[in-house]
Amino acid sequence: MFGWEYPPHITGGLGTACFGLTKAMVNQGDQVIFIVPKAYGDESTEAARVVSASDIEIDLSQQFYKDNWGDLSYIEVNSSLIPYVGLNDFYNVINNRVRTSTDITNLSNKRKYEFSGTYGSTLMEEVERYAMVAASVAKNYTYDIIHAHDWLTYKAGIIAKQISGKKLVIHVHATEFDRSGENINQAVYDVERYGMDNADHIVCVSELTRNIVITRYGQSPDKVSTIYNGANSLVYKDIQMEKAVKEKVVTFLGRVTFQKGPDYFIEAAAKVLKYDKNVRFVMAGSGDMLNRMIALVAKERISKNFHFTGFLKGDDVNKMYSLSDVYVMPSVSEPFGISPLEAMNANVPVIISKQSGVSEVLKYAIKVDFWDIDAMANAIYCLLNYPALSRMFIKKGKSEVESIRWEDSAMKLRNLYYKLLR
Amino acid sequence: MKSICFYFQVHQPFRLKQYRFFDIGRNHYYFNDMQNSWICKRVAEKCYLPTNKLMLDLIKQHKGAFKISYSISGTALDQFERFTPEVIDSFRELAKTGCVEFLAETYTHSLAALKSKKEFVSQVKIHSDKIESLFGQKPKVFRNTELIYSDAIGEMVADMGFKAQLTEGAKHVLGWRSPNYAYSHPYKDNFKLLLKNFQLSDDIAFRFSQHSWPGYPLTTEKYVEWLNNLDNPECVNLFMDYETFGEHQWKETGIFEFLKYLPSRVLSHSNFTFNTPSELAEALNPVDKTYVPYPISWADEERDLTAWLGNDLQDDAFDQIYEFEQNVRKVDDLNFWIDWRYLQTSDHFYYMCTKWFSDGDVHKYFNHYDTPYEAYMNYANVLSDFRLRLEDALVCSPLPTKEQMQEKIITKEPVAKKTTTKKSTAKPKQTKTKKSTSE
Repeated sequence: MFGWEYPPHITGGLGTACFGLTKAMVNQGDQVIFIVPKAYGDESTEAARVVSASDIEIDLSQQFYKDNWGDLSYIEVNSSLIPYVGLNDFYNVINNRVRTSTDITNLSNKRKYEFSGTYGSTLMEEVERYAMVAASVAKNYTYDIIHAHDWLTYKAGIIAKQISGKKLVIHVHATEFDRSGENINQAVYDVERYGMDNADHIVCVSELTRNIVITRYGQSPDKVSTIYNGANSLVYKDIQMEKAVKEKVVTFLGRVTFQKGPDYFIEAAAKVLKYDKNVRFVMAGSGDMLNRMIALVAKERISKNFHFTGFLKGDDVNKMYSLSDVYVMPSVSEPFGISPLEAMNANVPVIISKQSGVSEVLKYAIKVDFWDIDAMANAIYCLLNYPALSRMFIKKGKSEVESIRWEDSAMKLRNLYYKLLR
Repeated sequence: MKSICFYFQVHQPFRLKQYRFFDIGRNHYYFNDMQNSWICKRVAEKCYLPTNKLMLDLIKQHKGAFKISYSISGTALDQFERFTPEVIDSFRELAKTGCVEFLAETYTHSLAALKSKKEFVSQVKIHSDKIESLFGQKPKVFRNTELIYSDAIGEMVADMGFKAQLTEGAKHVLGWRSPNYAYSHPYKDNFKLLLKNFQLSDDIAFRFSQHSWPGYPLTTEKYVEWLNNLDNPECVNLFMDYETFGEHQWKETGIFEFLKYLPSRVLSHSNFTFNTPSELAEALNPVDKTYVPYPISWADEERDLTAWLGNDLQDDAFDQIYEFEQNVRKVDDLNFWIDWRYLQTSDHFYYMCTKWFSDGDVHKYFNHYDTPYEAYMNYANVLSDFRLRLEDALVCSPLPTKEQMQEKIITKEPVAKKTTTKKSTAKPKQTKTKKSTSE
């Protein structure tokens, strides 16, 4: 399996999903080798054997590399639309706009590549390098099937397929249309399309994503199936925080990017605050829209009741949940969306957008269109003011999350593998 | 005696409009007139008018041998009067034939029987009055909302002077016994129960157009043969939604053809007669008593109340609406009565049901909300506004109480004492109203 991240070093749902899936696969008896660009050494090894691409030696004198890459120089993608960018990276990007690309054939032939393993502006470069490492992995390990998670690893998957002749399954956790709306980054789209065209089968995390893959990437419906993510791998630490404010707290937790719809959250907040001042709204996370969001809060004159926390990690996330009375995920396009499940697991009622994959599986969640801020505001108000409603969500939410099992996903995936190998 | 008793339920609720929290305290009209009139007109066109015409033709054709009965909820009648008065006219035509019986029910198709005897009794009374004023006959037989029945409800109904009540022939109540006989209340001996034969009723109402059903296609020949195969029945009670004809089963399924030829086939190929519920209540002797300690209904596989009550949302909404009863009586203003009663309609609770997450398609047909939560949120917002209005009205009504006070003073109490004490209580009330208006 090729993936871009693995717990605990994660920036989004991808790592969590890979962990849940591989763990369930190992439990049902499958063997998984998981290759990440950069292993820190503290990755959870309970599920899969995690191999760092940085540790794999590649021999550039081999004919294969010459055939595939030749004299290659990387083109950096000069775009502010960088997928999965954390706040730190974001400032790094801005501060180091000028970067030198390296021409690999100018370097010594035998070397290891140091991968940063995060999402930055040299991403395209790393994707290419990662694919080169894949070739080496493809030769030196034994396996029956190749499984590549998200576009960053598609090239790696294809190289591995070309070398080994094994079947390639690609797993679509998100598409460029989810990340950027209509203004897609053409280079990323091309990689995605290239991956899908060359895959033997495409797994999507929801029907929503499956439809995008079929309509926007021109894939045959027979080749695309949906396997929902599980939720029961979530470990919830029950951290009870004493609430320091007497008002109710409504939380947005996620990257502050176009995909997550933070602006709709703020507009809904403004609507609620017009009628009910006893509410505090929290936006936890960072991203390229953060500054604009701060400006929007100021423009709506609601900063007295609206708070930004920046990026939260680990225990802080759980603390945030324990302080929250309502969790909102107003994503414009969310292939799956694990965070509402985490919130439900922490006894927080959730409002999710209908444009999310997770809304296809959840019953105990209020679903609204992301653009329907009236409905969103209304749902927030009702959850805060009608205890019968929030009680029901708290009571049923947790058990529902536990019933969405990775074991089921792993079983479906295994059946799919068998079908492909037959 | 071998008879077939047709009974049709005619009901339309006053559906609520989208009512957001920012409407609370600002917008006091709760009902979606556009949707209600659209649905009412559509169903009138597809079902009520053509079916009524067919029924009228059949009654005339068989010269008194074909009889049917209806229960039309007050909310449906109110909507007909407002949106499709021709439907009222066509029911009047039917009433004139003398072969049609109209039954009593709660005015707003409510669940009051489960909560408030006082409200239940008054709703039944105003419904009976309405039926009498429109169709010129006083109902003698009762049927409760969705055929909900228990021993306790039966007792209340019997005490109101009804001869019989219709309910479901629920298996868990009947056990091995057949629904094709009359039964009686456990201790109100003269109060009879007519039980729905759900097998034969649902063959028409639900399975008629179901291709996977072994009985498909259902013909009058087949149906009459099934009736003849019954083991010595006294009455076969075929109870169903009237909307079965043309709305649940579309015209294209052939349901109208089936209905058109059924009476003549029954009369020519069997020794069944058609009778109305009150004729049966008169003629039949109960074969046994039924014991129904827990309410039953005709809904779903469970035949219980879980379609309307049971989850937190439904129970909360149900408790809230009846909490208003005392204050609505105190204020006694027609506007409050109407809203309060329309809000009691069972459909509002039905929309909040969560047990159909898996197979929601059947029920979605009757439900304009996407999820039970939306239904609850909308309803709870409306109740919030209603509560505010009611509280305002309570504070703002010192005038009638003053008059009542004076009446009391004149008739009973010694003058000097009472006026002084009452005045002192009336004054703060007035200041309160001023405050609330200035705010």
